[in-house]
Amino acid sequence: MIAETGLAALWLAAALALLQLILAFAGLKGGKPELLAAVRPAAVAQGVLTAIAFALLVTLFLRSDMSVLLVVTNSHSMKPWLYKFAGAWGNHEGSMLLWVTVMGMAGAAVALFERALRRDTHMATLGGQAAISLGFYAFLLFSSNPFARIDPAPADGQGLNPLLQDPGLAFHPPTLYLGYVGLSVAFSFAIGALLTRQVDAAFARAMRPWVLAAWVLLTLGITAGSYWAYYELGWGGWWFWDPVENASLMPWLAATALLHSVTVLATRDALRAWTIMLAVVAFSMSMVGTFLVRSGILTSVHAFAVDPTRGSFILALLALYIGGALALFGWRIGSVREGAPFELVSRETMLVVNNLLLTVILGLVLIGTLYPLMTEAFGHKVSVGAPYFDRIAGPIALALMVAMAAGPLTRWRKDRARLVGKRLLIPAAIALIVAISLSVFALGRIGILPFLGLVIALSVGVASLAPLWKRNLRRTPLFTYGMVIAHLGCAVSLAGMACDSAFTVEKLVAARPGDTIQTAGWTLHFRKIAPLAGDNWTALQADIDVSRGGGSVLIHPQSRFFASPPTTTSEAALLTRWNGQLYVVLGEEVEGGRWQLRVWWKPFVTLIWLGGVMIALGGAMALVGRERRGWLMKWRARKATEVAA
Amino acid sequence: MKALIALLLMLASAPVFAQSALPPAPYANRQIADPALERKAKALMETIRCLTCQSQSIADSNASMAGDMRSEIRERIMHGEQPEAIRTWLISRYGDWVSYEPTAAPILWPLWAAPLVLLGLGLLLLRGRIKKKARS
Repeated sequence: MIAETGLAALWLAAALALLQLILAFAGLKGGKPELLAAVRPAAVAQGVLTAIAFALLVTLFLRSDMSVLLVVTNSHSMKPWLYKFAGAWGNHEGSMLLWVTVMGMAGAAVALFERALRRDTHMATLGGQAAISLGFYAFLLFSSNPFARIDPAPADGQGLNPLLQDPGLAFHPPTLYLGYVGLSVAFSFAIGALLTRQVDAAFARAMRPWVLAAWVLLTLGITAGSYWAYYELGWGGWWFWDPVENASLMPWLAATALLHSVTVLATRDALRAWTIMLAVVAFSMSMVGTFLVRSGILTSVHAFAVDPTRGSFILALLALYIGGALALFGWRIGSVREGAPFELVSRETMLVVNNLLLTVILGLVLIGTLYPLMTEAFGHKVSVGAPYFDRIAGPIALALMVAMAAGPLTRWRKDRARLVGKRLLIPAAIALIVAISLSVFALGRIGILPFLGLVIALSVGVASLAPLWKRNLRRTPLFTYGMVIAHLGCAVSLAGMACDSAFTVEKLVAARPGDTIQTAGWTLHFRKIAPLAGDNWTALQADIDVSRGGGSVLIHPQSRFFASPPTTTSEAALLTRWNGQLYVVLGEEVEGGRWQLRVWWKPFVTLIWLGGVMIALGGAMALVGRERRGWLMKWRARKATEVAA
Repeated sequence: MKALIALLLMLASAPVFAQSALPPAPYANRQIADPALERKAKALMETIRCLTCQSQSIADSNASMAGDMRSEIRERIMHGEQPEAIRTWLISRYGDWVSYEPTAAPILWPLWAAPLVLLGLGLLLLRGRIKKKARS
């Protein structure tokens, strides 16, 4: 009954989406404005129905209902409850239901909470959201039904990929999807604005909080995913330029550019066409990413069940939505008046430089990800990976960091280059000092990119605090603090990346219990190795005493064996200290009763994710700061009218 | 009782032992004693694709074939071979696909030109938006 109810809720939601689309456009274009009254309730009901369907799927997983095909292929009754719960989206159908649910709930949120947007644009936006939702409902119902039954029901399921059996699965995919799919709101706003020809500062102010919210969640999701890959895969890497990682990075790059251009539109009523374009591109990148991952045309650790019909279905959706949006853009943008041009030295120009560099990185990541596909069509198999992306995108990203330091110190409208230079004097001095000391102490030992990374991270970190210089800190608005913290977060993260690649010490040894290993100032005493049993796994666990001068700590790297499906995973032992992480992996047994141990000392590596969290926190502060200011102004206005009355 | 549990655990862990049925290549997980040579080998390994995994370099892979390739690279480096010569040898054996480092083959020229083209286009667009007066 539960599965059928879930399926019914999905069909109802799809029907409501169709109704919402028809009502919105009949109301706006068909001369029947009374129809518009039902658009918002339809969007809210759709959000509720998708949430119900999702909750029912989770219930099926928690109850290990083996009459449901998806539960059979992805779950097992012996699994800990957390992975039964999170396993609901650790597969293709479940994750697409999560996608549709986020889309439905985002539409409901726009219907309920959007107050600043002009009514006709608001209705057109909800119509747009319904139009994109419809395609994904169709995809779910016709080719990826999560509620399909299996008869006869087997005794137990096939289990979940052990690499996914980690608390990370409960947090990373939902957060990422909230951001990834949340960008559909920006897409719908762009469609709405093009339809009603309202591309102005008021529109930008209404769109900004939605973009910020999606961007904050996307940032958190990517940061969490990176840390998860870092500790789970057991090789100490935190970014692999895997096609799926690129698929999440591309919408993030577009959303970051959008976030800045929407501010130019809101403040100076410029960059109109460009902002609309970015809003379309951001969610298009989310859809392209989904296509790349789910069609299986690119190999990736994230690719679940690969099915060519699904690939063609998503490709058709892509063509329809991206093509449709671009056609609408081309048709309407001519009638959008271009904003005023800028002075060369102005905040506007700095933000355009930000947009330019972010878009170039986005273009390169897209080209690099798709290039192997193109050459394969010519019968030539090539790999494009970390060496290309690091070398090509790295320098542009560093230039972007420098622009990020200068941007907030440049005035809107018009500034003087000499004055901007003066404000950057202290950061430039710091850059020089860092460069000289690195050349003296580490010359020849570190590569050029980590070298520049450290120089830029430290100087830009200081420069990012400069907007608070000589200001009354108690009267500085919250969104300014948000910007400062987000920019500082970028510098912190860069510092972590540069330290990791410049100073990591790796040691591979084959050791017997009783042996002592010395590396990077640490002493590791390998005490013993013993079997251990968990809920649905058995393991060999090593006991290793580690110390650095003072007292010692016992750590436990494991090698785990899962029976269903039969897999071995290594559970690294991580010891976090203020200045870095010790990362120990237990490998296989080799001859003579010795065990492979991989030991890394990674100075300041944790800054990578600390920076990511700071970036998200800064975004959240900017969001709350702007919105609170809006509420306060409205509240004061109401107070004033009450007093006047 | 303890012995029985241990035995059961050993049975459960059979797949792992099956993996190590063949002795791993000598330098699969053993570093070169000279840190400078090891750095050279490591830098090369990070740019060589593991052929049996899904988008991982052989430096980050548990696959046995990746271990063999790591060992091969370390031994060749110790014999004084240059990393680029080893890459060429690997490419001649496994094809361009094995190298994450795109080569200078004509089919890859557009890939290397992409950053310049994109930056150039962007700057042209930007030029159009700056006030004429400010430029002159």
